[in-house]
Amino acid sequence: MEFNARIPDGPIEKKWEKHKFEMKLVNPANKRKYRVIMVGSGLAGGAGAASLAELGYNVDCFCYQDSPRRAHSIAAQGGINAAKNYRNDGDSVFRLFYDTVKGGDFRAREANVYRLAEVSADIIDQCVANGVPFAREYGGLLDNRSFGGAQVSRTFYARGQTGQQLLIGAYQALERQVGLGTVTMHSRHEMLELIVVDGVAKGIVARDMVTGKIETHLADAVILATGGYGNVFYLSTNAMGCNGTAIWRAHKKGAAFGNPCFTQIHPTCIPVTGDHQSKLTLMSESLRNDGRVWVPKKKEDCAKHPKDIKEEDRDYYLERKYPSFGNLCPRDIASRAAKQVCDEGRGVGASGRGVYLDFSDAIQRLGKAKVEEKYGNLFEMYERITDDNPYEVPMRIYPAVHYTMGGLWVDYNLQSTIPGLFVGGEANFSDHGANRLGASALMQGLADGYFVLPATVSNYLAGIKPGTRPTADHPAVKEAEANVKARMEKLLSIKGTKSPTHFHRELGKIMWEYCGMARNEAGLKKALELIPKLREEFWKDVRVLGEGESLNQSLELAARVADFLELGELMCLDALQRRESCGGHFREEFQTEEGEALRDDENFCHVAVWEYKGEGQAPERHIEPLAFENVHLATRSYK
Amino acid sequence: MSKHMNLTLHVWRQKNAKCDGKFVEYPAANISPDMSFLEMLDVVNEGLIEKGEEPIEFDHDCREGICGTCSMVINGRPHGPRERTTTCQLHMRSFKDGDSITLEPWRAEGFPVLRDLTVDRSSFDRIIAAGGFITAPAGTPQDANALPIPKENADLSMDAAACIGCGACVAACPNASAMLFVSAKISHLGLLPQGQPERHIRVRDMIAQMDAEQFGTCTNHGECEAACPKGIKMENIARMNRDFIKASLTYRPATGGGGGVG
Repeated sequence: MEFNARIPDGPIEKKWEKHKFEMKLVNPANKRKYRVIMVGSGLAGGAGAASLAELGYNVDCFCYQDSPRRAHSIAAQGGINAAKNYRNDGDSVFRLFYDTVKGGDFRAREANVYRLAEVSADIIDQCVANGVPFAREYGGLLDNRSFGGAQVSRTFYARGQTGQQLLIGAYQALERQVGLGTVTMHSRHEMLELIVVDGVAKGIVARDMVTGKIETHLADAVILATGGYGNVFYLSTNAMGCNGTAIWRAHKKGAAFGNPCFTQIHPTCIPVTGDHQSKLTLMSESLRNDGRVWVPKKKEDCAKHPKDIKEEDRDYYLERKYPSFGNLCPRDIASRAAKQVCDEGRGVGASGRGVYLDFSDAIQRLGKAKVEEKYGNLFEMYERITDDNPYEVPMRIYPAVHYTMGGLWVDYNLQSTIPGLFVGGEANFSDHGANRLGASALMQGLADGYFVLPATVSNYLAGIKPGTRPTADHPAVKEAEANVKARMEKLLSIKGTKSPTHFHRELGKIMWEYCGMARNEAGLKKALELIPKLREEFWKDVRVLGEGESLNQSLELAARVADFLELGELMCLDALQRRESCGGHFREEFQTEEGEALRDDENFCHVAVWEYKGEGQAPERHIEPLAFENVHLATRSYK
Repeated sequence: MSKHMNLTLHVWRQKNAKCDGKFVEYPAANISPDMSFLEMLDVVNEGLIEKGEEPIEFDHDCREGICGTCSMVINGRPHGPRERTTTCQLHMRSFKDGDSITLEPWRAEGFPVLRDLTVDRSSFDRIIAAGGFITAPAGTPQDANALPIPKENADLSMDAAACIGCGACVAACPNASAMLFVSAKISHLGLLPQGQPERHIRVRDMIAQMDAEQFGTCTNHGECEAACPKGIKMENIARMNRDFIKASLTYRPATGGGGGVG
């Protein structure tokens, strides 16, 4: 397989500007002759679909939700980073770039990250123009806060609902285009196959989730902005419907997968309460600005009420281990530290898998009213779920799967290894390396959607003749459609004994146990035995009731789980072969004496690029070497 | 650990928009008070699948109270008994052992039932498409701080923007009015300086679409505000009505635009 990152030459701060000029444009009169498919309507998809339509292309946008406004970007709480330096605290494009490369533990592509930092300021301007009600100060100017591992205040926010407000902004822009007739919205539609004609992406096969009809949609270019695959773990902070099917289908059609094992475990989530648990709820990382994380020093104190544990008997372990960053150290580090203290038997709560996040100091310092203004909605959400009042008792938190840095491999133009197939937002692998910093997912989604994809997709379209879409009776189109129908029929015909949820939960247990916060060779090898067995059992024994041609949530889930059962295996394989620790990928064999991640830059300073080789064949691992010319490779230290 | 409960559900089952529906009774046994309401339904559905019966279809997604997907009328109240709480954030500790729970879909002309407890809310998207936006194509707008916005206005705008578009307001209203939803968008955008140029056309177009979607009108029952999981206030409806009157009085048909130069 050949692939080329297509990084423009020249100094890093000039690359994007130069590239924008060098990219080809489409004559305004020709734009309406092109049709672009956007799968996903979150920040990357919604903003991208709206922006491409604003340019004059016809856009078909698909989402599995009943409305594009419900994409899971909506759940992001904390904020969005931008190098505005409104605080005069030393921020700059270069610093945001530097922090993101370092935060990603030197496993991201410099040029992409620099571009992300560069367009970050435009994103805030664009959102304000669209009416996003960011938090403001009394003088009327925008407020900022520091967030998740940053030493400058560069995070813009809208209470604890930043993702919601940014998504609503993009959604409104999208609906405006729907009203103008330039975007056709296909809600409650799920992409189940990519159509590739002569090696080029030309459309998708989707299922209408209300009627069950299998539909074919053809286009000049296809963009996937379908989010992450964290739900491979069954329990995660993702929405119930988030899935990896679109990217997995594309992968099996020839799109390489980058760093599948890079998963982010978020340190501040509400702990699991029992087997009935269907998802995990995140408590915004912004809480770590004012909350102090601790566990009892002594195991025997764990069952006590936290108020009965004296100050000197508490271990504020993040402040102790990382004095300069303290409670604000990056996510991977905070998560691992929580696991460590719980493994030592010092975890709190009924399950023993929890640590305290305590606001009593903040309430004393700032007053309850100020704390409520900052975090009121989060405290309320916590109380709803746990029945504990965090103004009175410390919150209990534990890490949970939150984000996948891995995704389809893309070049600088966000184009996959299939020409005509672009990938934006969390669905691609590009910007966060082995660990994503807080408030950077929203930034990447909107950067891709508002600014990068409109330029690079235009450049692609300029190179192909308008109106060269295949017809619906092209053999490749027919075949893709027939495959989807056969897969749906197969799932319905097994009539086994166990529900799709059963298999999903079992897969989740394997993934969390062996490919979760800490991984080792023996465990990963075990997972690589267990997953194919479970997959085999699934295809023999899954029970999907009802019909294909109707609203059928069991069938939807079964199809997603079937793909997770393949994707999970690739994640374990990738984790096994990356014989180093970096960011969220912690291999127990590779750690420093103090238990920190030990990178191996000599052998692993690269992107693992996985090629699908066919059913039953081992996938092939290629590499894209990473060069660090602007940020020097160094051991990450937050001490 | 608190005690587990046994409940009886009366659930609206309807095959599709064309068929008639009916209530069907299901036991929900051994339910933990720590479960969310939807997790209780998951358990019931797993039991149905085991018995070979088709599970209850219901809309849900984020399960953290923000996406606005979940939607069901629980014992006559949209999103159930707790104030300012979506169904997914409702926990079983709000119920007690032996309770009977009736589950229905949103019922409104503008929200046709698709199957069981799921309804079609695309009418809300069409109302937004009619005018619920600020025209500002992606590009290079002015610096975000070039336009100071008094905190008070920004906060009021944010209060209205917190709407999750779930449709509980419509389900609660005896007139199936969507005016709380529509007015929340009118306020969100109309309270911001960026929203001023289109303020009047926005309110006219959105209300016209709201009427076309068969939503009723507001007669001040206040059920919407009581049902709203995000605490959207009825004062937004008053603001919308004022804007609508002003817009109607000052309306001028568009007088030709571009062209003519060059």
